[in-house]
Amino acid sequence: MKRRDSLKTLLVGSVAGGLMVSGCAPRTEKDTNVPEVPQLPGYGRNEAEKAHDAKVLAESFLNEHELETIAVLCDIILPSNAEFGSATDAEVPEFIAFIVKDMPRQQLPIRGGIAWLDNHSNKLHNLAFKACSEEQQKAICDSIAWPGKTAPELIPGERFFTRMRNLTLTGYFTSEMGIKDLGYEGNRPGVWDGVPDEVLKEHGLSYEKEWLAKCIDQSKRTEIAQWDEEGNLLT
Amino acid sequence: MQVINSSKTYDVAIVGSGAGGGMATKILSEAGFDVAVLEAGPFFDPAQDEYRTQLRWPWESPRRGASSDRRSFGDFDAAYGGWNLEGEPYTEAPGTRFAWFRSRMLGGRTNHWGRISLRFGPLDFKRKSIDGLGDNWPIGYDDVKPYYDKVDKLIGVFGSRENIKNEPDGFFLPPPKPRLHEMYYIKGARKAGIPVIPSRLSILTQRINNQRGSCFYCGQCNRGCSAYADFSSGTCLIFPAQKNGGKVELFTNAMVREVTTNAEGKATGVNYINKLDRKEHHLKAKIVVLAASACSTARILLNSKSSIHSDGLGNSSGMVGRYLHDSTGASRAAFVPELMNRKRYNEDGVGGMHVYTPWWLNDKKLDFPRGYHIEVWGGMGMPSYGFGFNPNDLNKITGGSIGGYGDGLRDDVKKYYGAVIGISGRGESVPQKDNYCEIDHDVVDEWGIPVLKFNYKWTEHEVKQAKHMQDTFEEVLEASGGILMGDKPGKDRDYGLTAPGEIIHEVGTTRMGKNKQTSVTNEYNQLHDAENVFVMDAGPFVSQADKNPTWTILALAWRASDYLVEQVKKRNI
Repeated sequence: MKRRDSLKTLLVGSVAGGLMVSGCAPRTEKDTNVPEVPQLPGYGRNEAEKAHDAKVLAESFLNEHELETIAVLCDIILPSNAEFGSATDAEVPEFIAFIVKDMPRQQLPIRGGIAWLDNHSNKLHNLAFKACSEEQQKAICDSIAWPGKTAPELIPGERFFTRMRNLTLTGYFTSEMGIKDLGYEGNRPGVWDGVPDEVLKEHGLSYEKEWLAKCIDQSKRTEIAQWDEEGNLLT
Repeated sequence: MQVINSSKTYDVAIVGSGAGGGMATKILSEAGFDVAVLEAGPFFDPAQDEYRTQLRWPWESPRRGASSDRRSFGDFDAAYGGWNLEGEPYTEAPGTRFAWFRSRMLGGRTNHWGRISLRFGPLDFKRKSIDGLGDNWPIGYDDVKPYYDKVDKLIGVFGSRENIKNEPDGFFLPPPKPRLHEMYYIKGARKAGIPVIPSRLSILTQRINNQRGSCFYCGQCNRGCSAYADFSSGTCLIFPAQKNGGKVELFTNAMVREVTTNAEGKATGVNYINKLDRKEHHLKAKIVVLAASACSTARILLNSKSSIHSDGLGNSSGMVGRYLHDSTGASRAAFVPELMNRKRYNEDGVGGMHVYTPWWLNDKKLDFPRGYHIEVWGGMGMPSYGFGFNPNDLNKITGGSIGGYGDGLRDDVKKYYGAVIGISGRGESVPQKDNYCEIDHDVVDEWGIPVLKFNYKWTEHEVKQAKHMQDTFEEVLEASGGILMGDKPGKDRDYGLTAPGEIIHEVGTTRMGKNKQTSVTNEYNQLHDAENVFVMDAGPFVSQADKNPTWTILALAWRASDYLVEQVKKRNI
């Protein structure tokens, strides 16, 4: 699927923020006649939350031009590298499309920010930002991406770019790809038995003997606890 | 609309299914009583997949776990609602502030709390004798100790025997080993000369029975445990009570409006609204146990007016709603350069801190009364909405530019991941008669029930305590190898003192006492004004120590339930 087609599927609530992005297989005639009912797999919602999600999914806010501009910005902010994909590969634009609907406080700054950006690039190049060359786009970004170094008249652009950087990075690092990239190893059943020895060594730390003596012997964690009358654990 | 009467009369109607209501349900049903439990929210069981948020990944939520008006602590926190409940507002008197966290669901706020399970110590029941402020409890540690012991064994709590004067030891399971950021904290605390010991949380590091599993270290107790390896009222009290063959009838989505009373002023049951069809019901009961949370119980009592109880049930003293108080709180964080570029491994641990600092200056003369404990946080946690914001702000400290774009942002995020340690103080405030909640006659909720209006201001005691916290935080964090982040909050910001209510330890609205003129319940949580009504949430607390209140709510509810059973046997009720 081309980016443009994939962006189209973001419009008019046809897709749930990255969770129901349709595959690349060509659509059959039947598919186009039956509108998709937006829905999400369960994630522990109560009834009020289900109703809220359904309502947000059915709404649309950002238009096609805005979503395309966001996709361009997302990949400037976080391009792919040798190991991992770009922000759009991690479906960050889909995430932003949802979040802007879900958090009304984001709507004005994002819509206004894109309009500011287009206005600015029109002044410079007589082109909307997304239609500028990569070189032109990056030159504009350079002028608004470094807080503290921004020309006073470009401050609105800096504010918008900062917002976009935050949303792009949070969208990426909460995606499956981003978590892998980060190297987070948890969220799975396990047994915590202390900081690995080599890490302790690297930090010049060691467990105090008296402290360790108080801690759980993990080989006993499934034994049913019993105490004497003073509260000393017997098992 | 007509009120629908229950066909039968229950022995006991229990309002609320949190810590106090859950304990009352367990003890009273096992004593053979026919019990009705009324919960204002829906059913919840973290072991069933439709309710489960544990072990879900951030991308399973379209908002990546962000908080919302529907779930204040984020999509994956177990607690429904929070600072905002749609259709159920509250108000604040001009110039005062109170943040009220409510969770309408089976188990109430026990689905949310940090599982910090500290006993009040001997000093905590008798603070007036020490500093002349507030009031002593009518009971002491020795009265409650046997029940703390029983709660430890029934529910399970890990900790270590330390023999510290005002931090009584209990029947502990062994604690987990500290994580890396906690090792840095220990180092800092040792250097700063303040104590640090294994934390005391109601999480099963070892099994205590065949019904509940042991912890599998996902660090997500706030999401509710599918193995029931942490404490929540539903999983550890109400479900076991139901399985024990006791007569427990659970009414969910039942919003209690008032306690009904007869011509003698005794309770006859409760009126509630079924939220699903908005119909009003009368549930008949011989005894009513209110455990709706300190403020909700006060609201029900104040809304239960009759010719005998003209100012509200239990309020002949005018004390219902008064002496409302919450714990103090303040926090600070530091960046620890030695924790940059960390080696990755799973350090989720238990859901909460593995180490903490109990209050250590009971014997020292300070410019504020009472004390606080210190909680520690940090580590390589699971990202959720907000992770990656301001990805390279710490370049301010290490040198380098802030902002930008491109592949380098990835490296910034990864470099600083897990390199921040935070600490928070949780302290004891001095209860004030003039801090209170009352009925706001101008506003009703969507069920037509008049709402609460809060009047609450901190005193100089709490502000000075927060100042002491900030000074201590700086010392400990710097001794841990940390570089302090942000500005130290000064006097203009009350030293970072949290707003009343924000620590979610609010207590005191129906305080216990021997004098009927100055208290609402007796020392067994029984209303002075109506012997068949008990309050088993944190309302009867005379003072809220720097300890989290849940373990004391549980112990007192058990004690009050035993007393209730005995009084019924003696035909006194």
